[in-house]
Amino acid sequence: MSFWNDPLKVAADWLEGIFTGWGMDAVLAHVLVAFLGVLLLIIILMVVDIFLVWIERKVVARFQDRLGPNRVGPFGLIQPFADIIKLIIKEDTTPGNADKVVYNLAPILSMMSVLILWAVVPLAPVMLGTDLNVGVLFLVAAGAIGTLAIIMGGWGSNNKFAMIGGFRQVAVMVSFEIPMLTMLMIPVIFSGSMNMNAIIAAQNPIPFWVLSPLGALIFLIAAIAELGRAPFDLAEGESELVSGFNIEYSGMKFGMFYAGELLHAFTFGGFWAILFFGGYRFFGLEQVSPFLAILILVIKAMLGYWVIMWVKYTMMRIRIDQMLAFNWKFLTPLAFALLLVTALMNALLSPAPTWLYALGMFLANVVTGWIALEIARSATKQERDRIEGPTKTAEAHH
Amino acid sequence: MNEWIYVALFIVVGLVIPIGAIAAGFILGPKKPNPVKESTYECGIEPVGEAWIQFKAQYYIFALVFLVFDVEAVFLFPWAVKLGQLGLYAVIEGIVFVSILVVGLVYTWRKGMLEWA
Repeated sequence: MSFWNDPLKVAADWLEGIFTGWGMDAVLAHVLVAFLGVLLLIIILMVVDIFLVWIERKVVARFQDRLGPNRVGPFGLIQPFADIIKLIIKEDTTPGNADKVVYNLAPILSMMSVLILWAVVPLAPVMLGTDLNVGVLFLVAAGAIGTLAIIMGGWGSNNKFAMIGGFRQVAVMVSFEIPMLTMLMIPVIFSGSMNMNAIIAAQNPIPFWVLSPLGALIFLIAAIAELGRAPFDLAEGESELVSGFNIEYSGMKFGMFYAGELLHAFTFGGFWAILFFGGYRFFGLEQVSPFLAILILVIKAMLGYWVIMWVKYTMMRIRIDQMLAFNWKFLTPLAFALLLVTALMNALLSPAPTWLYALGMFLANVVTGWIALEIARSATKQERDRIEGPTKTAEAHH
Repeated sequence: MNEWIYVALFIVVGLVIPIGAIAAGFILGPKKPNPVKESTYECGIEPVGEAWIQFKAQYYIFALVFLVFDVEAVFLFPWAVKLGQLGLYAVIEGIVFVSILVVGLVYTWRKGMLEWA
């Protein structure tokens, strides 16, 4: 066992040796080392978060045919640090009418809800994070705290724009939580466990996106809605609500909301990779070194984050009635149908060889998605006919 | 060691880091409050009335529908975990269980409660 193969264990043993050498209790030394490990991970995350600001701004600039930050430092890399200095030395205002406790607690909880998600992220085969047997439920529970923070910010600001933003976030949360929970059950069915590590281990020959491409897609849509990003960013809605739920926040409090949102998106890119794309796995390369495994996970998470950004900067914001109709009348029934189809196919195909199992699952997903789209298409046509009157045959051929 | 100790550590550190950042902003930033600065922002127009008002009842309807499905998830997760061992019988039970819930969704739909009015 060397530092290259298992850096965390080597470092932890070394530190524990030092602490017990000072005459410290063994359990206390263990907790202290764990605390230092958590602190290190979270500090690394905050540094990554700073660069996410730069990445986000560069990517949005490219999508909009601009250059993005390019003045401060090489490729504008120092820009986010300049932004942070500006946010820190900005006046920290609290509206006179606000509910002070709720108002000040909201940005803290917003950031905390994202950081604790990393407790269940398996970084590498030897760095399993917290090996919770309810990791999948933990993901949902921590996400709910983030939503709570937005509601608290919206309510505590005592501002009409912020209030409406908070309301809308409740609507988004209560709606898209259902397809998301349902889609979380699909990796659980395949792996037979709610443990993140077991889910990754079960993706050894075939990653779950092959078994459930539709599930991966629905999870992504629900995750984007849970993140409150476009096209579901009704809690912000700049053109209607100015800045939405965070309108009264300034300085570092706003910074926490902003940084929290970016890190949340990156984290969900990571969870998408873990649940459907095999996490740190990449053709056995993860066995070479934990450092390489972390790199693979980060690259996969970045790709997921990039897809989330891609959606954000290409889609327009939809209205709240459209969003709720899309969820309750299309996505939720589809998610449940897919769950039952997956369960049924799993039971029927489990004696079959692996390739047949994978092929059957893939085809079941495609067929379910196709039927759902056909039903949606005919329902849309009926609705259009009802509003516009029956369309002429010549027009219908377009 | 109990795994939940790590989660507790994550919560503690996760609270301390943002508190520290906001405290740094509070210490380093200027503090010159005045009534205009502290007033509620409404695009430069004087706010009329309170923001804490009675809000649309529709939000409650969606919350109620959500609650039904959210509680259901508690029952479905154990079902999903053990599905591999339980076989076809459990799948049929799951279908029956979800069908009962879908009846609730269909009822809400037919009542017109999913329309944003």
